Amino acid sequence: MTMPDTPLNLIGAVLTLFGSMFLFLGALGIIRMPDLYNKMQAGTKATTLGNILTLMGLGLLMPGWLPKIVLIILFVLITNPISSHALARAAHKAGLPLAKGSVLDQLREDEDAIAAFEAETQASSGKGVDG
Amino acid sequence: MVDLILKAALVFAGMGVALATFQLLRGPDAPNRAVALDVLTLITMPLLVGLAVHAGRIIYLDVALVYAVLAFLGVVALARYYDRGI
Repeated sequence: MTMPDTPLNLIGAVLTLFGSMFLFLGALGIIRMPDLYNKMQAGTKATTLGNILTLMGLGLLMPGWLPKIVLIILFVLITNPISSHALARAAHKAGLPLAKGSVLDQLREDEDAIAAFEAETQASSGKGVDG
Repeated sequence: MVDLILKAALVFAGMGVALATFQLLRGPDAPNRAVALDVLTLITMPLLVGLAVHAGRIIYLDVALVYAVLAFLGVVALARYYDRGI
């Protein structure tokens, strides 16, 4: 379908081009990054931005469709972080290693602290029952 | 002009699909493949919306929406399976 060269159509097409560039960069990121967590942040953030830009551009090409396209954008904006968070948490719980240069693992620190606290309270309560 | 820019965008998205598919086939273990699948579905959904614009039919947008819902559920199910089994 050929589009006329109105300014609105041009803006929409350029937005679509930028969005698809971000989609491509997200796909490049999951190949280039060293470990799963880096891959996830490249793959999720870049593709979410690319999705929003592409859909907004296509919505400017078809202004009558904007409400439905905004609905799809909102859905992606809500569900994409949830799914990648669940995936990252599952991988971390399963003990997938971080990349070699990583310096900080706060989730592991928190889990260790909670385990230590629970062991301590269990030991003290056990003593209380004995006494 | 608009058609030319849209074709360039289609080329970029197609290269993204190719890279994500390559990673999906190569990925050394299950979580890497799940991430590649997530990215692949996220790239395919704007392509579906672009198909709807190309065909000029608004009903195709529903296809993209349902595809997004199913992709989200699929990735969450994969994460849960990888976490503690079915």
